[in-house]
Amino acid sequence: MPTKTIRVDLIARVEGEGALELRIKDGRATSAKLKIFEPPRLFEALLRGRGFAEAPDITARICGICPVAYQMSSVHAMEQALGITVDGQLRALRRLLYCGEWIESHALHVVMLHAPDFLGFEDGIQMAREHGDRVRGGLALKKAGNDLMRVIGGREIHPVNVRVGGFYRVPARAEFAAVEEALKRARDLAVGTVRWVATFPFPDYERDYEFVSLRHPDEYPINEGRIVSNRGLDIAVSDYDDEFEERHVAHSTALQSVLKRRGSYLVGPLARYNLNFDHLPEDVRELAAEAGVGPMCRNPFQSIIVRGLELVYACDEALRIIAAYEQPDSPWVMPVPCAGIGHGCTEAPRGILWHRYEIADDGSIVTARIAAPTSQNQLSIEEDLCEVANQALDLSDDALRDRCEQTIRNYDPCISCSCHFLRLSVHRE
Amino acid sequence: MIGIGNPDRGDDGIGISVVRQLAGQVPPDVTIIERTGDALALIDDWAGRDAVILVDAAATQGSPGRIHRIDLSRDPLPPELSLSSTHAFGVAEAVGLALTLGLLPAQVIAYAIEGENFEPGAPFSPPVAAAAGEAAARIATELRASERTGAIDHA
Repeated sequence: MPTKTIRVDLIARVEGEGALELRIKDGRATSAKLKIFEPPRLFEALLRGRGFAEAPDITARICGICPVAYQMSSVHAMEQALGITVDGQLRALRRLLYCGEWIESHALHVVMLHAPDFLGFEDGIQMAREHGDRVRGGLALKKAGNDLMRVIGGREIHPVNVRVGGFYRVPARAEFAAVEEALKRARDLAVGTVRWVATFPFPDYERDYEFVSLRHPDEYPINEGRIVSNRGLDIAVSDYDDEFEERHVAHSTALQSVLKRRGSYLVGPLARYNLNFDHLPEDVRELAAEAGVGPMCRNPFQSIIVRGLELVYACDEALRIIAAYEQPDSPWVMPVPCAGIGHGCTEAPRGILWHRYEIADDGSIVTARIAAPTSQNQLSIEEDLCEVANQALDLSDDALRDRCEQTIRNYDPCISCSCHFLRLSVHRE
Repeated sequence: MIGIGNPDRGDDGIGISVVRQLAGQVPPDVTIIERTGDALALIDDWAGRDAVILVDAAATQGSPGRIHRIDLSRDPLPPELSLSSTHAFGVAEAVGLALTLGLLPAQVIAYAIEGENFEPGAPFSPPVAAAAGEAAARIATELRASERTGAIDHA
C-alpha cells in the first residue's frame, strides 16, 4: 500500500508559524513531525551579562500575546535567587495582572482562532457573518483583559510597570472603576461563551495523558505552587531539572521537553483544570457540569470548553481581587544584588512557563534557561496527530488536513514562544 | 491616524516612524495612535471615527520603499502586502472583521510602505527610511485637502 504524507504549509490561526509533516503508510499514521524553526534560544544567550532587573523586560519580548507570563516567571525566579518575597497586595496585583492576560489570550483563542474549526468556517471573519454577536462578545472580553493589563501594567503589549520586587507604580483603587464594570459584563459574556462552545460537535477522542501543572494549597494556580501531575509527580519548582529534560530533535529547532522517566506530557488549561478542579469556585464547577465536562477531561478538543471556564474564573478572580484591593504603601520590595540561582514557574495561558537564572555577585545574569509551554507540549501534539489521523483515515485528505490543524489548535500553540516560523505542508507519495 | 508595526523588527516599524513625523502637523480633530502587535485592538482604536488612515510596512514586493495607497472603502487589502501578519490576527483580518461586524469607519485609507529587512534589532533600510518622509508629506497634504473638502479624497 502506498505511503501518504500529509503536510500543511502554513498553519493558520495559530500564534506564529510552524510546519507539520504527517506520514501515513499501509493505512496507519507512522509519524508526525511538528517542525519548528526558531531563534528563541537567542533570548537565553541575549540575557547573559544583562542585569537581573532587565529580565522581565527582555523576556517579555519573546511573546506579544503572553508577555505577562514571561515577566512573572522571570521576577519570581530572580526574587528566589535574591531571597526576597513579594506578598500581600503586591502579590494580589500580580495575580490580577495575570488574570488580564488569561482573559485576553483565552478570549482571542476560543472565539477567533478555535471556534471556527468546530463550526466549519475558514476563519473568524467568515464565522462573524453568522455569529456576529459571539464575535463581538469575544472582542469585548479581549478588550476587558487588555484594559485590565493596561491599568496595572501601564501598557497592553509588553507592560512596562513590572519589576523585580513588585511594580514601579501601584494603582489607586479608583483607577479600577472602569475596568471593574467591564469585567462584570465580561463575566456574563464568558458564561455565554461556555454555553455556546458546549454545543459544538466534539470528536470522540481521548488519550491517557500525563497532565502537568502547578498546584497550590489554597488557590487555582497562576503564579505559585509545586509542579504536579496525575501520575504522581510532585516537586518544587527548583527541582524541575530532576524530572524534565529538553531534547533536541532533528526536525525542530525548538527543544522538546520530556519527563525523563515517562516521556511526553501535556500542560495548559486542561492540565490545570484536571489537577486543580477542587480549587475552582462552585459556580464554575457547576457550569462545567452543565457544559458536559466532569472533573477530569481527557478530550483535547474539549479544551475550548475548559478555556471558556478559565475565562469565567479569571473574571471572577479579577473582580474578587479588585474588591479587596487596598493600594500598598510601597510599590516594590527592594532587591539587593547577590550571587545565586533562582527558579520561577508560572501558569501562562498555554501552560507552565519555567525560568532558571544564575546571577553573579554584581547582579548580572550568568546563565538563563527558559522552557516555554508550547515547547513542552510539542511531543504531545505529535502523538495526538498520529492518533487523530489513525482514527480519521477514512476522511478525504483535505478533511484530514483540517482535522490535523484543528488538533494542533487544541493546544493554542504560541509558536512565537517556541519558535518563529510554522509551515504546514501536505504531500502524498 | 494609526501607525502600525513592531519598532524592534527593522522596517516593520516604519508605520510608527511615519506617524511620529506627523506629530503636530495634523488638524486638531485628528488623533495619532501607535499600535504595536495587537491588530485586533485596531477595531477599538478607530471606533466611533468617521475616517482612519492606517500606516504600516508591507512585505517585500521587489521595490523597497515603494508607497502603496489603498482606499479600503473601495478595494480590499492586497494579500501579498501581508501587513503585520506575523501573528494570528493581522491588519487585513482586523479590517475584514470590522467590515463584517459593521465596525469599520466609512473612510479607511491604508498607506503601506514596502519593506526589505525585518530582522529583530535592525535599523530602517535606507530606501524605506526615505519613503517614510515622503509618506508623511503625502498624508499631511491629504489631510489638509480633506479639511477643505470634508472628506479624504485621492490627493
